Amino acid sequence: MMQIDSIKLHLCLGAGCSVSIKNSFGKMFSRAVLILISLFIISGISTGKSSFLADSLVSPVFASDAQPADSDGEATADGEAAAEEGPSVWAPAPPPKLEASDYPIVEGWNARISVWIVAQLHLFFAAFVLGVPIFVWVIEIVGFITKDNRYDRMAHEFIKVAMTGFSLTASFGGLLSIMLAVFYPDFMEYMVSVFGKTMLIYALLFFVESFFVYTYYYGWDSMNDGGKKKMLHLFLGLMLNISGMSLMVLSNSWAAFMMAPSGLGADGAFLGNVWAAVNGPLWNPLNLHRFIANIAYGGSLTAAYAAFKFISATTPEDRAHYDWMGYQSFFIAIVGLLPLPFAGYWLTKEIYDYSQQMGITLMGGVFAWLFIIQAVLIGAVFLSANYYIWCSLGRTNGADRYKFMIQPLGLVIIFAFLVWFTPHTLVMTSTEMSQVGGTHHSVLGPLGVMAAKNGAVNLLILSTFLSFQMFSRSNTEVVGTGFWAKNGTAIQIGLYTAGIVNILALSIWSYFIPAALRIGLSIPQVVTTLIVCVVAMIIDMLRNRGTRDIAEMKWGNMPIRSQYSLFMLAGSFTWLMGLMGYCRSGIRQHWHVYTVFRDNSTEAFTPTLPYAAGMVTLICAIFLLLILFMFWMPMLASKKKKEQPQPDSAVEAG
Amino acid sequence: MKAFLKPLLVILVCYLLLKIGVPLVGSILHPGTWPVIPTGVMKMYVFFIVTGVLLMSTFSDEGYDALVGPIVDLYTNPAKAMLKLVTVVLVGALGAYITYQYVKPTFDAPVELRSIHPAPPSSIKAFGKRFSLQKLKNPFRVEDKEQLAKSAEEGGIVYYKNCYFCHGDKMLGKGPFWEGFNPVPANFVNIGTIAQLTESFVFWRIATGGPGLPSEGTPWISAMPVWHELITEEETWKVILFLYEYTGHNPRVTKEHH
Ligand code: HEC
Ligand code: HEM
Repeated sequence: MMQIDSIKLHLCLGAGCSVSIKNSFGKMFSRAVLILISLFIISGISTGKSSFLADSLVSPVFASDAQPADSDGEATADGEAAAEEGPSVWAPAPPPKLEASDYPIVEGWNARISVWIVAQLHLFFAAFVLGVPIFVWVIEIVGFITKDNRYDRMAHEFIKVAMTGFSLTASFGGLLSIMLAVFYPDFMEYMVSVFGKTMLIYALLFFVESFFVYTYYYGWDSMNDGGKKKMLHLFLGLMLNISGMSLMVLSNSWAAFMMAPSGLGADGAFLGNVWAAVNGPLWNPLNLHRFIANIAYGGSLTAAYAAFKFISATTPEDRAHYDWMGYQSFFIAIVGLLPLPFAGYWLTKEIYDYSQQMGITLMGGVFAWLFIIQAVLIGAVFLSANYYIWCSLGRTNGADRYKFMIQPLGLVIIFAFLVWFTPHTLVMTSTEMSQVGGTHHSVLGPLGVMAAKNGAVNLLILSTFLSFQMFSRSNTEVVGTGFWAKNGTAIQIGLYTAGIVNILALSIWSYFIPAALRIGLSIPQVVTTLIVCVVAMIIDMLRNRGTRDIAEMKWGNMPIRSQYSLFMLAGSFTWLMGLMGYCRSGIRQHWHVYTVFRDNSTEAFTPTLPYAAGMVTLICAIFLLLILFMFWMPMLASKKKKEQPQPDSAVEAG
Repeated sequence: MKAFLKPLLVILVCYLLLKIGVPLVGSILHPGTWPVIPTGVMKMYVFFIVTGVLLMSTFSDEGYDALVGPIVDLYTNPAKAMLKLVTVVLVGALGAYITYQYVKPTFDAPVELRSIHPAPPSSIKAFGKRFSLQKLKNPFRVEDKEQLAKSAEEGGIVYYKNCYFCHGDKMLGKGPFWEGFNPVPANFVNIGTIAQLTESFVFWRIATGGPGLPSEGTPWISAMPVWHELITEEETWKVILFLYEYTGHNPRVTKEHH
């Protein structure tokens, strides 16, 4: 947050010399300066004209006569000087048609790769620091209501993990905006001309967010009185989340606009209504998908943190604590994971509806192969999640009654998983092709289409939920004689059976109906899954009135190998995000703003699959190293506090 | 020992189901073919079956010990030194065999990532005009049922005069010439083709044929002719109507955007 402002200042100071230098660097700098100065000017306008946010959002922004002629100081002088280079930028004008030579070349830097790496790292950290406060806040409320202090402690520890992330998010954000200004000045000029107003709000929201982050975090202990002060603290947490979400939806609108521009005239000229540009067809699908994904992602990273601490723990108390923490984070990650495929489908459907060409590029063209990797990773996520749950049976005291279920459950999960990632288009050698009798495989072909995948993913979700229910009851025994205690299980078995039959039947039926209807069928399937999950959970609650714990849960009684499934979860999530972020950005192909503003830089090619996958892997590796560093740092501090030499647990863990 | 063998047995059964079961089902569905699972997919399948089965058998400490115990025993028990030697040699030989399979030269053409339905261009040139695919509609798809049936019927004539030879009389992609082509002519009854495409996409595919495909569609291997040089624009739209009418599929429609 701070970085961005200091950079702005820095550029302003450097602006004086920019006019005289006529090489590409000079041009580039003067443009960057132009952008930044205009930001200041616009801020003057928006605060001067209207302080009411919504009002200013829907009013035309860059009416050329609104430029104040008499505002004082350097800013105006430089602004005019820089503007001499071209016609007034701020009148509604179609985006420029650029040549390769319009893109500044900075020796030693590859513009696209630099922006790619930094943007993705920014997204990773942003997802993490936006996701964590959401569940921290919820856990804090749970602790406040139940008066169970463990929740409060855990929430506090989670936010501590995220704190280092905040400054890194901002640093990468600052770096990203500078890189964009340096490498893609004309593009940024255009984006500013459309979104200038929301960009300013975005920058201001940083301050708001950091205020709440710091008061929320540092005020934790002093406000922890369980009463009025705690309520105030909860309010701070709420505000933190609101400002964070506002930041996210604002930046989402830029990404969504680049894919599916709205609010533009036929020639791509901005019509002046910022709200129309913000509220494009992909904005809300993206908001929803990212909101849920952030929670899941935050959960998976805190779970990895707990696993890290669990493995390096030296006392049984620590093991128990971090096992418990890992379990809770895991739970959050899974709750976030389950609705994600549906949010993903909605996003994809809207992409399809916006542009058939873009939809096919994504799902049928070159990018389709990345979705096979995506499917594999999602399957890997489900597998490791189930493994963790099965291992969790070791903590309970009555698991032997349920272990028999794991084999069949496992087989169903594996089978559903194989169907889920079966590619639509098969890669075959010519020998194989002649054996198969063409490119269409008579057995695998039908498994490659949506109808099969919908069935498979719903089965995966149901099985995972069943695994979870099995764990949650394995430490209890029935003592009551109430209706639900006696018959609950039988009803649940019936429920699951009916649900599975319905899902499979719908999948099979959907092969025989037209495409438009077929897509609609995924909705009753999802609804079936949701109903089964919710009703089965309610039955569990009713049943629990007639049950009691067999003995205390044995927290900490987990094999080390189970913890690796938590690492696996975090790693797969990271890779998934990197991959999908690339897909989202890559399907624009040679466009800065799809169909409106062409990317004519030499880098505007669609990379080969190995190249893209390699880049994503590299970025994930950088991120995971940074995260490891983040986990390790607080341990340094706490070691000093204890002031006793301990075996170097970080090394042990590695 | 039983606990050690059971996972191996499960893996073996799964493998055989994929290796023999799947082609067997396929050969019953389409006599004369033996649809093996392509190597790339097979590798992924086997990898995840092995992983999944290992996970299933190691979640509890007893299961883990039962699986790992014999291996540890083999490597540490002096009484089993001979068996250990044999195992090491066998595992090494298996590694060598797999490596050899990878590096040995073959005469197969390299596999290609072929997209059957690559993204269409935003506009195409055909019939001496330029068409913007985004907005393109079938002019013969009208409300009037009778008119529609008449156009479709005319499309049928076009179909049996031109397309039947490859795409077949029942539109199953099995016309008299089908076996001569790789990729084989599209099967329009299958939900994987026209049922999931818009009419503008189908128009593009017919008008510009195989050569009109972008590079990820490997245009040089598709035998689909460039029909805009052979039939008229009107005939193209009518034959599209016929394809949908005959198969009972509906074209995909996209939302209107402004
Ligand atoms: C010489 C044989 C041949 C003839 C004649 C022929 N086609 Fe094709 N057609 C093909 C082949 C081969 C493909 C490509 C399948 C692939 O790309 O996998 C194809 C593909 C198509 C597709 C694309 C289907 C899809 O899913 O993308 C359409 C539509 C089509 N043909 C329509 C027609 C029509 C209409 C006619 C008659 C006017 C016709 N074809 C005549 C061989 C032929
Ligand atoms: C369990 C299933 C899924 C998981 C775990 C998942 C996870 C994610 C995550 C973490 C992101 C990054 C969000 C961000 O940038 O903050 C993402 C983005 C994306 N997802 Fe998914 N997703 C899932 C399902 C799907 C499905 C089924 C589709 C489409 C078929 C899909 C399409 C996309 C696209 C296009 C993006 C790019 C959006 C962006 O990064 O801006 N997702 N997904």
